[in-house]
Formats: sequence, C-alpha cells, structure tokens
Amino acid sequence: MIAGLCAAVITALARLVTGVRGEWRGCEPAPRPRIYFANHNSHLDFVLIWSVLPRLLRQGTRPVAGADYWLKGQARRLIIERVFNAVLIDRTAASQKHNPVTRMIAALDAGASLILFPEGTRNLTEARLLPFKSGLYHLAKARPDVELVPVWIENLNRVMPKGEIVPIPLLCTVTFGAAMQPAAGEDKAGFLDRACAALLALAPERRDRS
Amino acid sequence: MTASEQSLVLFGGVLAVLVVASIVGFALARWCASSAPNLTIENLNSRIKAWWLMVIIIGLAFVFGKAGIIILFTLASLAALREFITLTPTRRGDHAALAVGFFVVLPLQYYLIWVEWYGFYSIFIPVYVFLLLPIIVTVRGDTRDFMGRVAEIQWGLMICVFCLSYVPALITLEIPGFQGHGLLLIAFLILVVQSSDVLQYVWGKLLGRHQIAPQLSPSKTVEGTVGGIACATLLGAALWWITPFAAWQAGLIALTINLMGFCGGLVMSAIKRDRGVKDWGWTIEGHGGVLDRLDSVIFAAPIFFHITRFWWTP
Repeated sequence: MIAGLCAAVITALARLVTGVRGEWRGCEPAPRPRIYFANHNSHLDFVLIWSVLPRLLRQGTRPVAGADYWLKGQARRLIIERVFNAVLIDRTAASQKHNPVTRMIAALDAGASLILFPEGTRNLTEARLLPFKSGLYHLAKARPDVELVPVWIENLNRVMPKGEIVPIPLLCTVTFGAAMQPAAGEDKAGFLDRACAALLALAPERRDRS
Repeated sequence: MTASEQSLVLFGGVLAVLVVASIVGFALARWCASSAPNLTIENLNSRIKAWWLMVIIIGLAFVFGKAGIIILFTLASLAALREFITLTPTRRGDHAALAVGFFVVLPLQYYLIWVEWYGFYSIFIPVYVFLLLPIIVTVRGDTRDFMGRVAEIQWGLMICVFCLSYVPALITLEIPGFQGHGLLLIAFLILVVQSSDVLQYVWGKLLGRHQIAPQLSPSKTVEGTVGGIACATLLGAALWWITPFAAWQAGLIALTINLMGFCGGLVMSAIKRDRGVKDWGWTIEGHGGVLDRLDSVIFAAPIFFHITRFWWTP
C-alpha cells in the first residue's frame, strides 16, 4: 500500500521533471517475460523505464540493481527493495557467493520481467555505450523463450550529470526496439555485438560539439 | 462595453468558431470513414481538440487576471525553454549556466513583469544575462566550442523567456483612456497571430500549390501564406473595438505582427531542420511542442509591445 503510493509519487515526479515519453518502435507492451536491456547513465534509469511501462506491466517488471549502491543507507534500501522490488546483485566480490545470473534466472522463472543494464555500471564517459558484460548472453542462453528488448534512454544523463545537484528539466525519451534472441550457433561475442548494435540503433543521431 | 464584457464577447466568438470547426472536422471524418484513413483529417481533428484545451486554459488565465496570465506564460516559457535546450547540444560544463537559466533567469524575468519594472525587464536578459552567462560557463573551465554553447543558451533564453514574456508585459502599458483593458491587448495579439497560423494552414490545405520556402518548411505555400495573412489582417482590423487603435491602425499593426509571426515560424523551422526533427516536442497533440505553437507569437510580441508603447503611451 505505502510502497504502491511511493512508486506512484516517484514515477509522477520523474514524469514531471523529464516529461518522459515512451516510444514503442520495435514491439508492443506485452505481459510476457522479457528482459529490457538499456543504456546506463544514472541511478534513476530504471525509474524512467518503469514510468513509461503500462501500469499492469510495472508490478511484474523488476530492475536489476547493484547491491553495493542500493543497500547503503536505510532509505535507499527501502526504496529499492520494497517499492521497486529489485533483483539486487553483488557486483563487487569477484568470487561472488551468489552468482548474479542465477538470481536473475530465478526471478524470470517466477514470472517477472527484468530491467537490465548490460554495461554493468553507469557510463560516465563520452562514449555512447560501454562494452557489454556477458550476463545478458548467459541469461538468453539459459532462458531462450524470454524476449530481449533493447531500450534506449535519451537525455537522462543531461538532466542530472554526475556530481550535479540541480536537475535540468530536459525532455527524455525511452525507445523500445524489436525483441531479439541469440541465433543458432551464435557465440558470446557475436551476440553481445549484435545486442549492442541493436541498442545503439535506437539512439537518435547526436550532433556532437567537437 | 466594459473590458470584461468585451472579453466575454471575444471568448464567445472564439468558442463559436471552435464549435463550427469541430462540426466540420467531425463531418469530414465521417465522410472519409469509408475510404482509407486520412492522416490530414486525423491531424486536423487532434488540432481542433488541442485548440479547445488551449482556449479553455487561456480563458481560465484571463479569469484570474494579471496573476493568471503571468503564471500561464511563466509555465509556457518553462515548457518552451526545456524543448529548446533538449534539442541544443549542451555539454556537462553548461550545467550551472542552464540551472541559472531555468531557475533564476526565467522566474526573475516574470517577477520583474509582475512588479511592472519596465526599465529592468526590458534589458535584464539582453544585457545582464548576456554578460553573466559566459562568466558562469567559464567557471567550469570547459572551453570546447565555448562561443557556440554560450550563444545558443543565450538565444534560447531570448526566444523562450525574454520575447515570450512580452505577452504578459502588455498589461503593464498605461495607455490613456484604456486603463484596465490591458488583457484585451493580449487577446488581440494572440487572436490575430494564432488565427493567422490557422488560416495559413487552412488556405494552404485548400489551395496551396507553390511552396514558399521549400528548404525551410515544405508545408508552407504561397497561397496559404498570402490568404492566411490577408484574412488575419482583416480580422485584426475588425477587432479595433477592443484596442486603443483606429480600424486602419489595427489592420496595419495586425499585418506587421502577422508578418513577424510568419517569419518567426520560418526561423524556428530552420533550427528544427538543422537539428533533424519535425517538431520541438510532443506536449500538444496534433501541434507538436509548445514552441511549435508559440513560435509566431514569440516573434510578434516584442514588436507589438513596442509599437503600442511608442505611439500610444505618453
């Protein structure tokens, strides 16, 4: 109840500040297990994806978030666990007691969709995307019936770049591409390249200041 | 008639036009329902629907008088500026300047209009912000394309805040024999310039053959432009009774602001073309963004203000 209210307030705020618009370019919203994989510039990326999903799909869509960031502090922990029902993964320990992919597969098997940032960390560089981690590939292999939907988030990095306190209310767009799956005989590198290209294809052409 | 009676007559007239437009739009949609879906008619109907909403919002602002109009245009500036900056390639080093633009310059400009401080609001952005903005940007030390970045942010503030704020500023003009009628000047400006846009669209759709500026705006035609501006100029002359102007003066002023509005549309189209977009945003269904609807008013408002101030105030 309170969690639902918090979610409504947070998404309403995100909509107000960013005027976010969802554009379903390659697929339609559908109540089936999906992995939405997106570019990652801000801790609030998943909130934007969440706010453009139809309300019915929101409940069953869980962001995959780094435990190292979100478990610091009581408020963060409450928001990420109670409000967004995130799948928290341990990014720090190399040995990793809990294999992140196993946890994500468990969530998929329970009927959830996932929001995943295959870059693994926020991209604070000038490059449009960082190289993808392999988790996306392992998930796709383990659950081949799950649709992988590329999602490009435009402009959130400009609303609040790292280290800034005041958000600039620029308009953000969340673009959903066509669902994809690993092709037969496709290796890890080939698949990750293709996923990366599918995501980049959704990004609007950028006029750089150079 | 008192000013509020005149406002009522005006809004009655606008609502009557909207009712007729809605009936025509509905009839066209029914008439075409049998054949393939017609995008032009669909767009026409969403435009009419958006007009209802915009007229109701402006009407509400009029009910609240000066405060209503200033709040409405503060929000319009905010919406316009966010559309403009969204399509401007700013860098991380511009963040502080943008924050100042959105949260200091914009509200302060409208506050100055609220307190009717002409000597300050008419030079605040062109002089003080013009000098302050590059200073703020230098603090971050990012020199890449420095001039271009500063110039584009300044331009955005001039267009979206400074020029647009001249619409509510019309209330501050003290015209002898016209006290308390300031809102009607705003109604005149908006009615004439917006009807010019609408009539150019209608004439263009009905008779448009020859493009007037194919490189800037492929949908604008010679027939639409001439027909629309001529009709809107006549409308302006016919509205002399809500203004301090004589009929011929009202017509001449209407012609001037319609030409400014038309050119404003072309300038803003040139920017959109360069940025590779068709619309500034997606706030108003059928119209695009707030800037798409306001481009003509933005270019007309300061000129209308200064013509009126120069010749009609002591």
